[in-house]
Amino acid sequence: MRFSFSAEQDMFRDTVRDLLADRCSPGAIRASWDEDGRVAGLWAALGEVGLTAVLAPESVGGLAMKEIDLVRPIEEVGYAGVPEPLAEHAGVAVPALAEGGSPGLAEAAAAGEITCSIGLGAGGRYVLAAEIADLLVMERSGELYAVPSGVITLTPQPSVDQSRRLCEVDFDVADATPLVGADPGVASDRAVLFAAAQCLGVARRLLDATVEYVGTRHQFGKPVGSYQAVKHQLSDVRIATEFAAPLVYRAAWSIAAESTTTLDRRRDVSMAKAVASDAVDRACRVALQCHGAIGYTIEYDLQLWLKRGWALSSAWGDARFHRDRVSESLGI
Amino acid sequence: MIDLDLSPRYEAFRDECRTWLLDNKPDRALESMDTPGGFEQHREWERVLFDGGWSVPAWPAVYGGRDCDLMEWLIYEEEYWSSGVPGRVSANGVSLLAPTIFNFGTTEQRDHFLPRMAAGTDIWAQGWSEPDAGSDLAAIKTRAIRDGDQFVINGQKTWCSRGAWADWIFCIVRTDADAERHRGLTYLLVPADAPGLERRPIGRLDGEPGFAEIFFDDCRVSVDNALGEEGQGWAVAMAAAGSERGLNLRSPGRFMAAAERLRVLATELQSSGDRIDCRLRDEVTDAWIRSEAYRWQTYFTASRLMEGDELGSEASLMKVFWSEMDLELHATAMRLLGDRGELAPDAPDSVDRGAWLDGYVFALSGPIYAGTNEIQRNIIAERVLGLPRR
Ligand SMILES: Cc1cc2nc3c(=O)[nH]c(=O)nc-3n(C[C@H](O)[C@H](O)[C@H](O)COP(=O)(O)OP(=O)(O)OC[C@H]3O[C@@H](n4cnc5c(N)ncnc54)[C@H](O)[C@@H]3O)c2cc1C
Repeated sequence: MRFSFSAEQDMFRDTVRDLLADRCSPGAIRASWDEDGRVAGLWAALGEVGLTAVLAPESVGGLAMKEIDLVRPIEEVGYAGVPEPLAEHAGVAVPALAEGGSPGLAEAAAAGEITCSIGLGAGGRYVLAAEIADLLVMERSGELYAVPSGVITLTPQPSVDQSRRLCEVDFDVADATPLVGADPGVASDRAVLFAAAQCLGVARRLLDATVEYVGTRHQFGKPVGSYQAVKHQLSDVRIATEFAAPLVYRAAWSIAAESTTTLDRRRDVSMAKAVASDAVDRACRVALQCHGAIGYTIEYDLQLWLKRGWALSSAWGDARFHRDRVSESLGI
Repeated sequence: MIDLDLSPRYEAFRDECRTWLLDNKPDRALESMDTPGGFEQHREWERVLFDGGWSVPAWPAVYGGRDCDLMEWLIYEEEYWSSGVPGRVSANGVSLLAPTIFNFGTTEQRDHFLPRMAAGTDIWAQGWSEPDAGSDLAAIKTRAIRDGDQFVINGQKTWCSRGAWADWIFCIVRTDADAERHRGLTYLLVPADAPGLERRPIGRLDGEPGFAEIFFDDCRVSVDNALGEEGQGWAVAMAAAGSERGLNLRSPGRFMAAAERLRVLATELQSSGDRIDCRLRDEVTDAWIRSEAYRWQTYFTASRLMEGDELGSEASLMKVFWSEMDLELHATAMRLLGDRGELAPDAPDSVDRGAWLDGYVFALSGPIYAGTNEIQRNIIAERVLGLPRR
C-alpha cells in the first residue's frame, strides 16, 4: 500500500501544466471560439509531450502507461479550460482503438496525428467536437465502433459553454469498423473518470482565481477576503477538493488494477464522479458569489470555468446518477 | 509510486489484528466510559489490550508498543472499529499527550509516563479550556508561580473530559504573570491527587457526568512536571495540535465502521418493510462515500508522512471533514429510525439499545471540541489558502 505519485508522474503532470499555461491562455481559448474551436498548435504540442499516447501500448508507439498516469494531466486540462476533446481522445478513444484491434488507427491517434471523440451509451448522447474530429468511437447496442468522420450526420446542439461544441451523431453501422475486444463498460468508466478529473481541475482553478481576487478586492477599507463569511465559503471549497481528489485517483487506479472486479471498478468510478461533481458545483457557486458582479460578466474570464463546471458536473452522469449507482452496489 | 493493494505482509498483519480482537472482545458491552463505573471497566479493557500488545501498536516496543508503521496503524484502527470492541478511555493521553512527550519529554519523563499510559495505569485528561478561554486558548488565566523547585497553581479549568476520575491532567498554565497571550505559558503535568486540586463532575448533554471542572487552590507540583521548557507551553502544545485534529484522533476506521452499520441499518429496515425514500437512500450512500473519501485522503496523507513530510494546517481540513461527516451520518440514522429515534436504551422498541441516539448526541460535539469548526475554517482560509488575516 502506497499512495503517492512518483517523481516521474509529478514531472509529467508539471510538463502538461506548464505547456497549457503557456499555450492555452484564456485569450487563446476565446480566440478559438471565432475559429473551428481549436487552439492553434496545441494538439500537436500535447502529442509531442506524449499526452495522447499515455494509454496506448508500445506496439502502436504508445507509452503503455495506465489511467493513474493520465488522471492528473487530465485534471490540468480542466484547470486550463482546454477547449479540445483531450479527455475523450487520450482517455477513452486511444485505448479503445488499441484494445479493439485497430492498430493503424490507434497508432495515428496515439501520435496525435488524428483527433478522436466519443459517443457512448449512458451520459454520452451529445458528442463533443464531432465537427472537427477525424474519427469517432461510438457505442451501438453494446458494441463499440470506429466511425470515420465522412460517414456521419451531425445535428449541432450548442452548449452554454462555447468551448463545448456538441452534436448528436447519426451513422450506419455498416459504414463503421467494429472494435471487437474493446469493452464498452470500461470505455464508459474511463469517460466518467476523466470527466471527474476535469471537474477537479475546474474546481481548483475556480478556487485559485477566487482566492486571488478576494485578496486584492477591497471594500470597507480592507480586502473582502479578510471577512469570515467569504473565508469560510472558500475553506469549504478547499475541503471539497481535498477529499474528492483521492477518490478520483483511487478510481484511476481501480480501472487498471487486477485486484478489482468489474463491480468494484464501477463503484469506485461512480464515487469519484459523485464527489467531483459536488465539488465543482460548490466551487462554481462560491466563486461567483465571492466575485460579485464582475464574475457575472462575459468579459471576465471566470465565466470560462463557471460554464465548464456546470457542463462537466452533469456530463457522463451527475452526482445523483452516480450516487444511485453506488446505492445499488451497496444493496440499498 | 502508487500501489493500492495491501502487500501480503500487511494482509497478514490485518489478520493478526482481527483474530486477536475477536478472540479478546468482552462478552458484554461495557457501561459508558463517562460514568465512574464505566471508566474503570474501560481501564480494565486498556489492560487487556496492553497485555496482548495492542494498546499502543504505533509506539516503540520499549514503551509497550510494537513499532507499527503508519499503514499498519491505520489497518489496526480499521480492524479495531469494525470488530465492535469497546472505545478507548486512554485516547486523550495516547493521541494528544503522547506525541508531545515523544517530542519534548526528557528521558525520565518518557520512561516514567509512557509505559504507564500504555498499560492504562495512568489515564490522562486534558486541562486546557477555562471558563473564559475556549476558542481563544491564549486567554488562559490559571497561574503556576514558581516557588523553589515547585509550581504553585491557582485557577480553574473546565470541560475536562473524564477529568473527575482521571489519574493525571495535562494542563497549559501561565507561569509568567506579567506575560500576555501566547507568551509565558508552560505545559504542566499535574497528578489528580495533588493537594489543593478539587474536581467537580458536570453532566453532559447525554446525561453522563463526563465533563469536569478542576479547581486549583495553592496546588503544588514539582518543576520536573513541566513538559518542554518553562515559558514555551504554547509552542509545545501547538506542535501536537495537528495530531488532535487529524488522523491520530480520528482515523478512518471508526467512520468506515459507522457507515457500514448505517448501511446495514438501512437494508434491515428495508427488508422489514420500511419504505426508505430516494432522498434518505442518497444520504445513506453519501455517508458511505464520505467515509471512503476520508479513508483514501488519509492513506494519501499517510503516504506523504511516511516519506518524511509533516502534517501542518491541513489537519484542519480533516477535522472539519470527519466531524461533519460523523454528524451527518448519525443525523441520517435518526431520520431512518423515525419515531423510534428518540427512544431511550431501555424503551422496549429502541433499536440497538439506543446506540444511534448516543452516537448522534456525541457527534454533535465533534464540531465543537478539538478547536471549533469555525476556528478550523479560519485556519484553512488563512494558513492553507493564504487569505488575509484582517
Ligand atoms: C464533548 C467535549 C469535550 C471536551 N473535552 C475537553 C477536554 O477534555 N479538555 C479541554 O480542555 N477542553 C475540552 N472541551 C472544550 C473545547 O475545547 C471547547 O469547547 C472549545 O475550544 C470551544 O470553546 P468554547 O466552548 O468556550 O466556545 P467559544 O470559544 O466560546 O465559542 C462559541 C462560539 O463562537 C465561535 N467563535 C469563537 N471564536 C471565533 C472566531 N474567532 N471566529 C469565528 N467564530 C468564533 C465558536 O466557533 C463557537 O461557535 C470539550 C468540549 C466538548 C464539547
